[in-house]
Amino acid sequence: MMSAIRDIFTKNLRQSGIVIAFVAITLLFTILTNGVLLDSQNVTNIVLQYSYILILAIGMLFVIVIGHIDLSVGSIMALVGAVAATMVIKMHLPWWLAVIAGIVVGILIGAWHGFWVAYVGIPGFIVTLSGMLLFRGMTFLVLNSVSLSPMTPEYQMIATGFINGLLGGAGFDMFTLVVAAVAVVGYAFSQWRTRQARIRYEQQVESMPLFIAKLVLIAAVAMFFAWKLATSRGFPIVLFILAALILIYGFVSKSTIYGRHVFAIGGNLNAALLSGVKVKRTLFYAYVNMGLLAGIAGIVYSSRSNGAQPAAGNGIELDAIAACFIGGAAVTGGVGTVGGAMVGGLVMAVMTNGMQLLGFPTSIQQIVKGLVLLLAVAFDIWNKRRAASSKS
Amino acid sequence: MTTILKMENITKTFPGVKALSNVNLEVERGEIHAICGENGAGKSTLMKVLSGVYPHGTYEGNIIFENEPVQFSSINDSEESGIVIIHQELALVPLLSIAENIFLGNEQLEGGRINWNKTNQEAAKLLARVGLDENPVTPINQIGVGKQQLVEIAKALSKRVKLLILDEPTAALNDTDSAHLLDLLRHLKGQGITSIMISHKLNEIADIADSTTVIRDGSTIETMRRGPEMTTERIIRGMVGRDLDSLFPDHEPKIGEEIMRVENWTVMHPTVAGRKVSDKASFDVRAGEIVGIAGLMGAGRTELAMSLFGESYGRKVEGDLFLHGKPVRLKNVDEAIQAGLAYATEDRKRYGLNLIDDIRHNISAASLKKIASGMSVINSNEEIKVAEGYRKSMRIKTPTVLNIVGQLSGGNQQKVVLSKWMMTEPEVLILDEPTRGIDVGAKYEIYTIINALADAGKAVVVISSELPELLGLCDRIFTLAFGRMTGQLPKGEANQENLMTLMTKEREVA
Repeated sequence: MMSAIRDIFTKNLRQSGIVIAFVAITLLFTILTNGVLLDSQNVTNIVLQYSYILILAIGMLFVIVIGHIDLSVGSIMALVGAVAATMVIKMHLPWWLAVIAGIVVGILIGAWHGFWVAYVGIPGFIVTLSGMLLFRGMTFLVLNSVSLSPMTPEYQMIATGFINGLLGGAGFDMFTLVVAAVAVVGYAFSQWRTRQARIRYEQQVESMPLFIAKLVLIAAVAMFFAWKLATSRGFPIVLFILAALILIYGFVSKSTIYGRHVFAIGGNLNAALLSGVKVKRTLFYAYVNMGLLAGIAGIVYSSRSNGAQPAAGNGIELDAIAACFIGGAAVTGGVGTVGGAMVGGLVMAVMTNGMQLLGFPTSIQQIVKGLVLLLAVAFDIWNKRRAASSKS
Repeated sequence: MTTILKMENITKTFPGVKALSNVNLEVERGEIHAICGENGAGKSTLMKVLSGVYPHGTYEGNIIFENEPVQFSSINDSEESGIVIIHQELALVPLLSIAENIFLGNEQLEGGRINWNKTNQEAAKLLARVGLDENPVTPINQIGVGKQQLVEIAKALSKRVKLLILDEPTAALNDTDSAHLLDLLRHLKGQGITSIMISHKLNEIADIADSTTVIRDGSTIETMRRGPEMTTERIIRGMVGRDLDSLFPDHEPKIGEEIMRVENWTVMHPTVAGRKVSDKASFDVRAGEIVGIAGLMGAGRTELAMSLFGESYGRKVEGDLFLHGKPVRLKNVDEAIQAGLAYATEDRKRYGLNLIDDIRHNISAASLKKIASGMSVINSNEEIKVAEGYRKSMRIKTPTVLNIVGQLSGGNQQKVVLSKWMMTEPEVLILDEPTRGIDVGAKYEIYTIINALADAGKAVVVISSELPELLGLCDRIFTLAFGRMTGQLPKGEANQENLMTLMTKEREVA
């Protein structure tokens, strides 16, 4: 048991390191803010405030793993919001039509980037740097350089709505707790099945007590989080969207041919080519997918900010990129997980939120975030070097 | 004879592994001393201890160089004393000139700025010493690997080298370049420079080494002086710890019908206009047959193979590919794999494997559709099962297929490459330099696998720079020279001389 725990801290330091860092940062800010950080209202706020960055980070992870980058997602978000707001506010079209149109805009922009990167062969950095300017300019054009507000109540629901009181409850929302409990049981069951399969195929697994301890810990954290939501305003609709995306893309990255091809290209482009991987097509769709997720994030952002602003989402791309790298993605491609990117995003979210609660000026917040990104990647490199030297 | 270097009881431990245990090495002044051992035996570790890559204090034991105990804490320290190591992967900057590379880190200054005339002049002198007729201002990437190796040696000479360490110096060279390099080592020996050479090529060692030290499992087995006792058989026995009856397993071919035939295959170079890398090449291979393709470096062997494999090299302008007598057109790698072709590259690190991923994912990389259900969902349990099957049957030495490929030895990496292509269930396997950089014991295993593939009815094409390998393995050998097929010889008739004659055959003047 002890040696198993030691294994977690040494062998798997990279994966567990980020989780440990997340817990430490959460504890630190909880203490500094006298518990306000974990206040029900504040937990709900963090979810609402950072969901769109996490959505972007999912798409960004695939682009980074395949060996490229996307600097344009902030501008895509802004343009999507501008199109949706124009349709809802100026043209009085139904909210769902605006949502569909916004997502289509995102996909088209992704295809535009994908075409230049995959089929013309221009590095993603350049193509999306161009896109960052191009689509920011278009946003100004669509909005005529002025903000549009307010959205209709239905549209606002997407990012600020809650499901509350569906199953009743006294002082807390039963529905939220039931959803969380179902999720926890589902997670435990799938982990159990994976473990059984591993044993059947004579693979190494962690010891039973450790396995159960891990499950109990994760369940406790999830239920604690759910309780916080339940005692606030209930289950945020945007959390459904986010959870669905995490599940889908986690699955795509691990268990589908497409996901495997993305990792193969990022790990060794030439070997992927000679293994029959359609490199151009895979790369193209990584950008299309990024556009799709930037579209969804743009809808969520415009819904939360209740309108469209010409400067919306400025600099957001850097948060999404930072989330991936803090979460263990390799700068050279081929390595990264959706879960890691999510924890990386949460580290940024908790830090920013905590510093805001403490009244830190924006200047200090930026400096701290910058240093954390640097330290996270430095830690990654140090850890790799350590692993390599203990090996050869 | 005086001793220039003595390494006494060197022990080097990594967490959990004893890489070297009480290794002793004694090198005479002015000799060429070969070090042999299987991959992972500890040769490179020993050289890293000697050159200060592993600084003093991280190992136990003493190093005595020129009768003085030395304690190097970095490569700079050892170079200061005149010990220079040339690694297998050359450490040259491709876009810098020969002269700039030679004096990299040792720039020829004059009043704080680089004196380019002096740099190029000194470089030219050094190039003359190594017998390289190139302009010192030529960029490194415009000369071949063989010449680059000579530049490395010129660089070592510029550091007033006394003891030159070469790690697999001829691994990437063709026969002509190898011979030139070995001549140069003899020449340097005449000038009093001592060399230590790590090599897998036992015929080279027999040719050039004054003494040979064999290392196995981190320990010195023995040191032999040149003479009747220093035989290839004895070196091999020392390396593998057992007798190898022969370098090649016995094999009785069961040859069936023709599977693949190539006619008039002509391919243009991807960037150099008008240059044909393959010029009306034709050959065929039958079920159960192992066909060799012999050619010097630059003859177009790899280019031909890659072009056949889904036209993944150059631009094909003419020629037909027949499978089972039917003409087929394979426009990309995916189509080639579906048609039953497999191509295992000569450069597994750059073109064959995803080194940062695990064994399982590498084995399945070209056959994901076989283990995917429905649209594209991979059955990961099935994947592990298949990969584990190959780990056991191919005897890949690692406890689990979840280990990272980059951490395996060369021989085991090659087994992963072969597993990957066997999983695609091909009819034709093209193996490009299947035993490059692999030690003797693992070579034997790879040959056994190749024979087994042929016996399973596959058509096997082996491309190799080592003629003994082709002679030992193949049922029929084609020769390639300057992109053209210059002949074919069946097993009984081929020998090194007649193959070499065909491999160097110039175009007949019409």
